[in-house]
Amino acid sequence: MPQDRPQMSEDDDGQSPPLDLRSAAIADPCSSSPNKSRNCIPSGAMTSQAFPDHVLENVLENVLQFLDSRSDRNAASLVCKSWWRVESLTRSEVFIGNCYALSPARLTQRFKRIRSLLLKGKPRFADFNLMPPDWGANFAPWVSTMAKAYPWLEKVDLKRMFVTDDDLALLADSFPGFKELILVCCEGFGTSGIAIVANKCRKLKVLDLIESEVSDDEVDWISCFPEDVTNLESLAFDCVEAPINFKALESLVGRSPFLKKLRLNRFVSLEELHRLLLGAPQLTSLGTGSFSHDNAPQSEQEPDYAAAFRACKSVVCLSGFRELMPEYLPAIFPVCANLTSLNFSYANVSPDMFKPIIHNCHKLQVFWALDSICDEGLLAVAATCKELRELRIFPFDPREDSEGPVSEVGLLAISEGCRNLESILYFCQRMTNAAVITMSENCPELTVFRLCIMGRHRPDHVTGKPMDEGFGAIVKNCKKLTRLAVSGLLTDQAFRYMGEYGKLIRTLSVAFAGDSDMALRHVLEGCPRLQKLEIRDSPFGDVALRSGMHRYYNMRFVWMSACRLSKGCCRDIARAMPNLVVEVIGSDDDEDNRDYVETLYMYRSLDGPRKDAPKFVTIL
Amino acid sequence: MIGQLMNLKATELCLGLPGGPETVESPAKSAVGNKRGFSETVDLMLNLQSNKEGTVDLNNIAAAPKEKTLITDPAKPPAKAQVVGWPPVRNYRKNMMTQQKTTGSEEANSDKAGTGAALVKVSMDGAPYLRKVDLKMYKSYQDLSDALAKMFSSFTMGNYGAQGMIDFMNESKLMDLLNSSEYVPSYEDKDGDWMLVGDVPWEMFVESCKRLRIMKGSEAIGLAPRAMEKYCKNRS
Repeated sequence: MPQDRPQMSEDDDGQSPPLDLRSAAIADPCSSSPNKSRNCIPSGAMTSQAFPDHVLENVLENVLQFLDSRSDRNAASLVCKSWWRVESLTRSEVFIGNCYALSPARLTQRFKRIRSLLLKGKPRFADFNLMPPDWGANFAPWVSTMAKAYPWLEKVDLKRMFVTDDDLALLADSFPGFKELILVCCEGFGTSGIAIVANKCRKLKVLDLIESEVSDDEVDWISCFPEDVTNLESLAFDCVEAPINFKALESLVGRSPFLKKLRLNRFVSLEELHRLLLGAPQLTSLGTGSFSHDNAPQSEQEPDYAAAFRACKSVVCLSGFRELMPEYLPAIFPVCANLTSLNFSYANVSPDMFKPIIHNCHKLQVFWALDSICDEGLLAVAATCKELRELRIFPFDPREDSEGPVSEVGLLAISEGCRNLESILYFCQRMTNAAVITMSENCPELTVFRLCIMGRHRPDHVTGKPMDEGFGAIVKNCKKLTRLAVSGLLTDQAFRYMGEYGKLIRTLSVAFAGDSDMALRHVLEGCPRLQKLEIRDSPFGDVALRSGMHRYYNMRFVWMSACRLSKGCCRDIARAMPNLVVEVIGSDDDEDNRDYVETLYMYRSLDGPRKDAPKFVTIL
Repeated sequence: MIGQLMNLKATELCLGLPGGPETVESPAKSAVGNKRGFSETVDLMLNLQSNKEGTVDLNNIAAAPKEKTLITDPAKPPAKAQVVGWPPVRNYRKNMMTQQKTTGSEEANSDKAGTGAALVKVSMDGAPYLRKVDLKMYKSYQDLSDALAKMFSSFTMGNYGAQGMIDFMNESKLMDLLNSSEYVPSYEDKDGDWMLVGDVPWEMFVESCKRLRIMKGSEAIGLAPRAMEKYCKNRS
């Protein structure tokens, strides 16, 4: 007998304090069955005689409200049907790691009161031109389905999705309470779409455009925000490659008293930044824009930039420096001591410019930079930043055969000085096993280890040996490791280590590595937590792929490009695993008898293969 | 140095097709302990990528700095052609670095109006923002008209799109329309003239339209005589 679901009252947003039993019963506006005279339930009493399930579900609702973590919620929903139902009603934030794992309809059928959606689209290797454009990951079907189902939607957080201006327009029109829009690595829209959101989402608190491609439609979107005081808490547009109306921006910042995070694009000059800072000393996170002069610097009355920074006592997170004039860098001295996060990864600073700055940053926990700071700069980081948790060093010159100013020397220094390191991304041209082994011993808290030796198949540059032992030590000693990216010359041995010790690994990135199918087999057979596997240009073939069939339903996706897979094998797997979508991307269309698979992208799906696949995608 | 030699040889990439004739390991490579059996992916991948529609833009952006630096390094042996997507640095970041290196001010993020798209800006009098449409997405004036009506529906309050396409043959009807407060679409053509939309056959319109503007009929009245003129000329 189907039971009416207990409905929460309209203005209960899942965060309100628990309702007592009686008010929960009274608040049910939708009960239609005559059996449900729940108003009679005395408060406090858990009468299990007449309506046991209703009482239970009420209690459950009040309890499950407190569950935030999605793994907890997923676990709760598996207990029994009743729990499943109540959990579905009380979940307000949903995370979808692969937009093609299910259809929007399924989402709205199961969860009725979603306020917040996190949705991820394209696989990460698409960032590196390994996938033709227009592959998919369209936001359109999601927004149109949610427009009808979730009128109270407040937050949308998208990563690697294709979002059009029309989608943004629909979003702005459909959700009157919309508060947060976060677009990370997205594309397909322009400043006109942003303008619509700015104009129509009157309750907007967060508008974060992060590393997205935003086309310049020559729209003054900053002026499109409403005239009165805004609710803005965070505005990030550092990736928008279009000039902005500074006067309008200044006015916007002036009428946004709650603004804490502001990330400017490179079209905001140093003088303009200065003016903004004087008007917004409450900022906690600042992206400084270009950090350089307009073309005509006034040498007479140069503004006191340091004073502006001095006034910003709350800034703990600093980024930007998109066109840095290094002579002005000392202006940030006043905030260094408070910084917990510093992003210099677009600033070509030399060690000499850098060292005086970092010397003051004792509290730094997150640090991103270019390798232009050299090993010397890394030594300085190691000497000062004892609290460092996350380090990312990007190459200023991202070519295989470039100079490479950082090496094992810098890595070693960091491992000595920053014992609390949890996450590292390190691009370099040369590395040694010894340094990597030392890091594995010094930094037991590492959960993310991504080392990119930029020359393909490059061995330990001192011993000439493969990098097997270094990566082996990482998986062996870093017992909390969940994410690993390998590089350099690697044999099957490295993968043997991964399979043996990498028991917590969830994400693995492999490029130009391994000798044979055995390598991949070690990983597929040995890493029970593996969720995301991305492999390129490695000699893994059908035997290896087949060896993982027991895993694929438990994984989010597998990407293999330029390996040694045949269409026949992929077809076999697709047939054997009906809930797995097996996409073969990019093979030449006119050579149908060609059995070679250029790119394989496969993922589990509850709703079968997608209907929007472009011509260059074959779903087996 | 042996190490460097190994580097050069070891980094030559071979991608072997299963069982195909291309799986040939050149003796030179295997002599240096290269255990792989791939044939060079470099050219293979670059060619494939640039043949596909739409990838040209991305590759141009990413490839440009590589091409420059390939030439400017005489001291080293000629740099090998770069492999697609390696090292794994996002295009966005590469573009930023390119800008800094060349200190150029060109937009690295060019519009996707590369092969095939005919993007034009659409403005509507009174609306606070522009839109963009790809004319190649539509097959006829009616399609375009419907799309524009939907796009600007919140501003026109029904004063646009309901009347359908402008009927140039019916002069009195045309004049009525242009005297009203209804919105009509106009466009800027290749010659820089502003015309009423609908005066030329659709395909010709797609070729010559540079920009669209939706204006009140009463404002468009100045366009009418020219529109009629060109219309008659094109029809005959």
